[in-house]
Amino acid sequence: MATILTFAEQRDGKLRRASLEVVSEARRLAGGLGAAVTTVLIGPGTESLAGELASYGSDRVVVFDDAALGAYATEAYARALSQAISDARPAVVLLPFTAMGKDLAPRVAAGVGAGLASDCVALEAKGGKLVARRPMYAGKAYATVEWAGEPQMATLRPNVFALGQPDASRKAEVVKGSAPASSRAKVAAVGASAQGKVPLTEAQIIVSGGRGLKGPENFPLVEALAEAMGAAVGASRAVVDAGWVDHQMQVGQTGKTVSPSLYVACGISGAIQHLAGMSSSKVIVAVNKDADAPIFKVADYGILGDVFEVLPKLTEAAKAHFASRG
Amino acid sequence: MKIVVCVKQVPDTETRVKIAASGSAVSEADVASWIVSPYDEFAIEEALRIKEAKGGEVVVVTAGPDRAQAALRTGLAMGADSAVHVKDPLVDASDTLGTARALAAAIRTLAPFDLVLCGQQGVGGDNSQMPGLLAELLDLPQVTVAVKIELQDGKAVVEREIDGGRETWETPLPALVSAQKGLNEPRYASLKGIMAAKKKPIQVLDLAALGVDAASVAPKVSVTAMELPPARPAVRMIEGDPQTQAKELVRLLHEEAKVI
Repeated sequence: MATILTFAEQRDGKLRRASLEVVSEARRLAGGLGAAVTTVLIGPGTESLAGELASYGSDRVVVFDDAALGAYATEAYARALSQAISDARPAVVLLPFTAMGKDLAPRVAAGVGAGLASDCVALEAKGGKLVARRPMYAGKAYATVEWAGEPQMATLRPNVFALGQPDASRKAEVVKGSAPASSRAKVAAVGASAQGKVPLTEAQIIVSGGRGLKGPENFPLVEALAEAMGAAVGASRAVVDAGWVDHQMQVGQTGKTVSPSLYVACGISGAIQHLAGMSSSKVIVAVNKDADAPIFKVADYGILGDVFEVLPKLTEAAKAHFASRG
Repeated sequence: MKIVVCVKQVPDTETRVKIAASGSAVSEADVASWIVSPYDEFAIEEALRIKEAKGGEVVVVTAGPDRAQAALRTGLAMGADSAVHVKDPLVDASDTLGTARALAAAIRTLAPFDLVLCGQQGVGGDNSQMPGLLAELLDLPQVTVAVKIELQDGKAVVEREIDGGRETWETPLPALVSAQKGLNEPRYASLKGIMAAKKKPIQVLDLAALGVDAASVAPKVSVTAMELPPARPAVRMIEGDPQTQAKELVRLLHEEAKVI
């Protein structure tokens, strides 16, 4: 039986949602490819996560739990994953396109000689082979890609693939893997900002601010709305380049490409490079005082108005909504 | 200190993408201007700053057709010392791994070097693969998406972006580091720099010169079709005073769009 192999990213002993999306998609593809799903877990103490992976569709979980694999290090993780690939000889290898998956997948692809398609937003089994759809030019175009030979390796954009219905009665065979755990480049310190923040690329709701806010002193209007909605905060290139906010918050072609359920653009006119980064959001709201702003061309709901008047009211209304729902 | 910087020529980020007649690529005829991929400019700038602080040389490397030489000239005009152009139709028709194999072979001809710098992503292809592919093929440690690089004797201390935060990594040299926005502010080439760049050497190498066989660059991943994104439905404008608009929007997002 063919194998679909997935990499499950965990942080602090918890599986990332994106890892479960990848397993769910692997399970969905397994039917069309007549395959079983093997998932690779790396890190000491991660064996306890195998049950959760099984409930989403893993038939087999390979655990590399060497004590030296606690902190992510590219070379050590790449060696472990490559080892699992050589052992399982999978037809398909899937990783989440998270920061870790982005760093890890190419190293593994070069090591095992696999063709790799990044940031896929749809996969399909056709005649026993994988076909993928992926954005290029930050979403200004969509490519259909196919592989010659195996393994067919792909990274999957977080937030796009549906989570399967977990079934607690499903069990997976758990086996131990081992590979040399040394790495030349390694983490020396974790920055304070890493704790507890939802990355933009994985946020379900994003509230973004642009030049319409007029100055960094007004950016808290955007942050307040984001807080009221439980959203991550984004920004346009103009305000990042002006130094109002950190570039990690930039949405667009030279920033993050995002696909949240809801994207609220406040005072963002919608330059083509910004639209490229967010137009695959499921629902888009634009608040802008210029009726001709290009952002209204991609928005589902528009409010023609002054951000300084609209945002506080919107924050109030959002607070009331979420309070009433507990 | 010898630093190799990999660069890619890409369509300007303001480009309105059109699909070529082949149906599986972007129409190059409709690309008004080509630029050095913005992340690669951060890599070039960082290399030049290291050279200015510690001495040494900077070599820019690219793969691509004739037009890609302009990207090398930009690097040379900014201050790089020499350039290598991997030019072979088989590489142009290859995928990321095949291109990486050709580039790795070109970089090996420049050994010994201390550092290989790349942009964290080539805008357009948006694969974010080249740094990791090259690091593995060259057997170098890698630190990707760097926003700060400090060189101390024999090692690099690199601040890098992770999901929702930053981490500091350490790596012995030689190493490969990929550049993220925030690393620096790239300089503009001066007129003098542009003039000087015309006299700087560009070595052109094809697969035969690199000793890479055609089979190893045969694409394993191919784009079989390309299309523009589906058009979004027309916007629904919400009328009224700000308070009414706000309440109505929240109602619609909850009841109609079901996203909150």
